[in-house]
Amino acid sequence: MLRLLNIEFHKLKHNRASRVLTIIYFALLTSIALIAAIKFDIGVIKFHLADQGIFNFPYIWHFNTYMASIFKFFLLLVIVSMMANEYSNKTLKQNLIDGLSKKEFILSKFYTVIVFAAISTFFVFVVSMTLGLIYSDFNELSIIFSDLDYLFAFFIKLTAFFSFGLFMGILVKRSAFAVGGILVWFFVESIFKLFLFWKFNSDKLASNDTISSDSLSSIGVNDIMQFFPLESMANLIKQPFTKLNAIQTAGKQLGQNFAFDVSVHWYQIAIATVWIFIFIYASYALLKKRDL
Amino acid sequence: MENILSLRNLDKKFGSVHAVNNLSFDIEKGNVYGILGPNGSGKSTTLGIILNVVNKTSGEFSWFDGNISTHEALKKVGAIIERPNFYPYMTAVQNLKLICKIKGVSYDKIDEKLKVVNLFERRDSKFKTYSLGMKQRLAIASALLNDPEILILDEPTNGLDPQGIHEIRKIIKDIASNGTTILLASHLLDEVEKVCSHVVVIRNGIKLYSGAVDGITATNGYFELNTEAESEKLWELLEKHPAIASVKKEDGKLIASLENELSASEINAYLFKNGITLSHLVKRMPSLEQQFLTLTNNN
Repeated sequence: MLRLLNIEFHKLKHNRASRVLTIIYFALLTSIALIAAIKFDIGVIKFHLADQGIFNFPYIWHFNTYMASIFKFFLLLVIVSMMANEYSNKTLKQNLIDGLSKKEFILSKFYTVIVFAAISTFFVFVVSMTLGLIYSDFNELSIIFSDLDYLFAFFIKLTAFFSFGLFMGILVKRSAFAVGGILVWFFVESIFKLFLFWKFNSDKLASNDTISSDSLSSIGVNDIMQFFPLESMANLIKQPFTKLNAIQTAGKQLGQNFAFDVSVHWYQIAIATVWIFIFIYASYALLKKRDL
Repeated sequence: MENILSLRNLDKKFGSVHAVNNLSFDIEKGNVYGILGPNGSGKSTTLGIILNVVNKTSGEFSWFDGNISTHEALKKVGAIIERPNFYPYMTAVQNLKLICKIKGVSYDKIDEKLKVVNLFERRDSKFKTYSLGMKQRLAIASALLNDPEILILDEPTNGLDPQGIHEIRKIIKDIASNGTTILLASHLLDEVEKVCSHVVVIRNGIKLYSGAVDGITATNGYFELNTEAESEKLWELLEKHPAIASVKKEDGKLIASLENELSASEINAYLFKNGITLSHLVKRMPSLEQQFLTLTNNN
C-alpha cells in the first residue's frame, strides 16, 4: 500500500497544476477561520458572526464540515486530471508495461483519494477545534466531543465524491469532459428530482387551485432520491443554518417552525459507502475490459 | 534451453478483424528474435497482449515457464512499444525514478543507463522539451533500468532521422552483444537482418515462419550470370544442368536458381567445357527482403 501511495505521490508532486490546486484547497480550508473575523459595526447595529453561536461546540462540527465541503471542487480537479492525464499522456499503458497490475493502478488512485479525504478531515478537525476553543460558549469535554459523526460523514462524503471523479476520469479519459460529465450528471439528478416531485404531487396540483407549501409531499421523492450518488453525498451533511438559534428565533417570529432533520444517519453513510464501492469497482472493471 | 516466453494458440479479435490468429511460438534465452510482418499484420497487438495492455480473446501465454503472474514477470522485462510514453512535466531523472518505484529496483542504475543512451547531460530537462530521438533514447534507458532478462522493442526506429536510427541500432547491437535476449518487431527488414538470429514472420495474424534467419526459405541460393555473346546457348545449357531449378532474365543478366548445392567453380567449369566464357558470375543467397516477400506473397 505504501509503495502504491509513493508511486502516486511521485506523479502528483512534480505536477505544477496539481500542486497549486492542492495548496489553494488547503488554504481555503484554513480560511474558514476567517469567518470569525466577519464583523459589522455600524453605529447601533453591532454584528459579530463569531458571537452568533456558529462556533459553539458541538454545532461547529456541523457548520465547519458543511462549509469545508464546498471547497471539494478544487481537489476534484486534481483527482480527475490525475486519472485522465494517464490516458492522454498514455502513461497508463507505460505503467502497465513496467509491471504495475491494473488492480494496483486503481488501488494507487483510490488510496490517494482516501489520503486526501483523511487529511482534509484532519484539517477541518484542527481548524474547528481551534476556533471552538477560542469562541465556544461551552467547553466541557463531553460537549466538545459530541456530534463527531459529522467529521466521519465529511470523510465519507469526500471519498465518495472523489471516487466519482476517478470513475468519470476513467470513463471519459479527458479531464475537461469528465468534469463536464459530473456537471451533466448533477443536472440529470436535479431534473429527475423535479420530475419525481411533480409526479408525486400532480394529483394535488391538479385538484387544488390554491396550494400551501405544507401540503406538498416531498417524503416519497426523498425516499427515492437518496439512492442517487450526488444526492446521497449531499444528504450526509445537510445545511446547518436552520439549527442556528438566531434563525430559529427569526423563524418563530415569522410563524414558521423549522424542524428539519439534519443529523447524520447510518443508512445515509451506508448508501454513500456502497457508491464508493460501485465507483471503484466499475473503474477497475472498465480498465480491465479495455484494450489500451 | 530456458524458455522466457511461450505463446500457445493466441487469438485476438477486434470485432470482425482477426488481428492475431492461433499464434504459437517460444522465445528462448540468449537469442535475438525479430518479429516480421507488413503494417497491420498483428505484431503490435501480439506484443500488447504479452505486455498486459491488450486482452486476448483466447489462448495462453506464459512468462518464465508460467511460474509468476504477468505483472510480476513484466518487472523483469524491458519494453518499448511504438511511441515513448512519459510524464511530460517530469525530467528524465524524475521519470526514471518513478519507473524504479514501479519495478521495485533501486535508483543506482539511473545515471549509468542515461550515459548508455547519451542523455546524461540533459537529465534534468523536462521530457516535453526532448526531440523524438531523445525521447526514444530515454525509453530505451527506462527499459534497461532493471537489467531486463528480455528486451522487447516495437518499431524502435520509427520516425527517426538517419542519425537517430543509427544511434538506436548501435545501442541495440551493444545490448545484444551482452547476451540479453531481445524481441524486436519491425517491418524494416535490413534492421532485423542486421541484429536478429531468429525470426517469426506474421501476416494477417497468422504465423508463416518461425526459426533461424537463414532457414526462412529452404534455398541453396542462386547464380547471376552474363556472357558477351551466345546468351541463348547459355540459357539452354543452364536449363539442362541437373542442379538448376529455373532460369530467368533480369536486368540483362540471367538468374539461375539452384535446386541442389552447386559451387561457382563447378558451374564455371561446366560452362567453359561447353564453350561459353562468362563475363559475369556471382553466387548469392537471397536477402531477407526477397525471402520475406516470397514468403508473404506465396502463402
